[in-house]
Amino acid sequence: MSIKVFAAIILTAVFVNNYVLQQFLGICPFLGVSKKFDSAVGMSIAVIFVMLLATAVTFPIQHFILDKMDLGYMQTIVFILVIAALVQLVEIVLKKYVPALHASLGVYLPLITTNCAVLGVCIDNVDSYMTATGFGASYAQALFNAFGSGLGFMMAMVLFSGVRARIEDNDAPPSFKGMPITLIAAAILSVAFFGFTGVIENIFG
Amino acid sequence: MGKLQTLTNGIIKENPVLVLVLGTCPTLAVSTQASNAFGMGAAATAVLLGSNVVISLLRNVISEKVRIPCYIVTIATFVTLVQMVLNAYAYDIYKALGIYLPLIVVNCIILGRAEAFANKNSVLDSALDAIGMGIGFTLTLFVMASIREIFGNGTWYGIEIPVLKDNHISILTMAPGGFFVFGCLIAAVNKWFKNKPVKKDFDQGCEGCPMASACGGKKDNCEKEGAEA
Repeated sequence: MSIKVFAAIILTAVFVNNYVLQQFLGICPFLGVSKKFDSAVGMSIAVIFVMLLATAVTFPIQHFILDKMDLGYMQTIVFILVIAALVQLVEIVLKKYVPALHASLGVYLPLITTNCAVLGVCIDNVDSYMTATGFGASYAQALFNAFGSGLGFMMAMVLFSGVRARIEDNDAPPSFKGMPITLIAAAILSVAFFGFTGVIENIFG
Repeated sequence: MGKLQTLTNGIIKENPVLVLVLGTCPTLAVSTQASNAFGMGAAATAVLLGSNVVISLLRNVISEKVRIPCYIVTIATFVTLVQMVLNAYAYDIYKALGIYLPLIVVNCIILGRAEAFANKNSVLDSALDAIGMGIGFTLTLFVMASIREIFGNGTWYGIEIPVLKDNHISILTMAPGGFFVFGCLIAAVNKWFKNKPVKKDFDQGCEGCPMASACGGKKDNCEKEGAEA
């Protein structure tokens, strides 16, 4: 397992398979919390953190418990409960031991429990990397993919917060004010990401 | 509120997708083909109906503090049932919906209705509300998917459309087209039904907020977020 594989996983997750702009996961926070740069960054850091943690916990659960005991159909229930409990736990721990971090990330943590990007990355990792040879290698790939997906989310959020600051000042037609014009701006941002298709294969090919 | 109004509320006036702007992820993702959109709509409606009825039945049993986890377990159970049924009887749809099928669990519409409606209304009303919201969701998805499939692919439900087949705008079936068509649809609804653009008014409570289910409707969270969202 060379460094090339991991670099390719991260770059693919950030640019080619961007969770928000290409796969439509995590649209709610993307539209809801992207109005200000600071909140966009705070939310994204919380998402990266929870994605990594959720993958770190759910991937072994799938491998050592669900698959071993033939309980694959319980995946949805188990994953969502584990993620919900995990987020609560993280919030409690942060509040007690790292109050400074809790003050900046705390608001975003409860919002993440029902974020489809987090559940999505866990299921996606199990689907794509579980078949790789050996648990250690596939676990590492899944973790890198989770980190890359989180970074991709952050990039989309940060870029879009800049775009939205501009939209605020512009005079859109009345029926397009608010959500519609935001969505159309997102469409244009999404077109930009098409430019990356095929780039990763050529770099590492 | 009359029974009929409960039923029709979700279709236009409080359309979950176009007016409340909930459940955007599946709306954007599966609306590339009319058949997928219909499958997604039907699956979500089934889950919504099941969870609304069960939560309404249990509304006096579940304690206030643990209600969100209880709702999530109920919803996840119904999602798993729907997954199994589709896997057995409609494998094509099951494969086409892929990851978005288990993600019905985190669809804001379902948790939102549980929190905003089913936990304070009777079983019959909750069932009607679920059916109305389900129809509103399915209809919106279906309209949006039809637009994207007809203009983007030149087909509709697999039937080829003569002129458009040779002149299709394939970007509409890709990611940017989803955002674009969705934006235009919301604008059209704003225009024709004289709705005010959706405002997240936090003084009015959390019901119109996509994050309401996640933050448990706590006002303190809202206000911190509300300034920005």
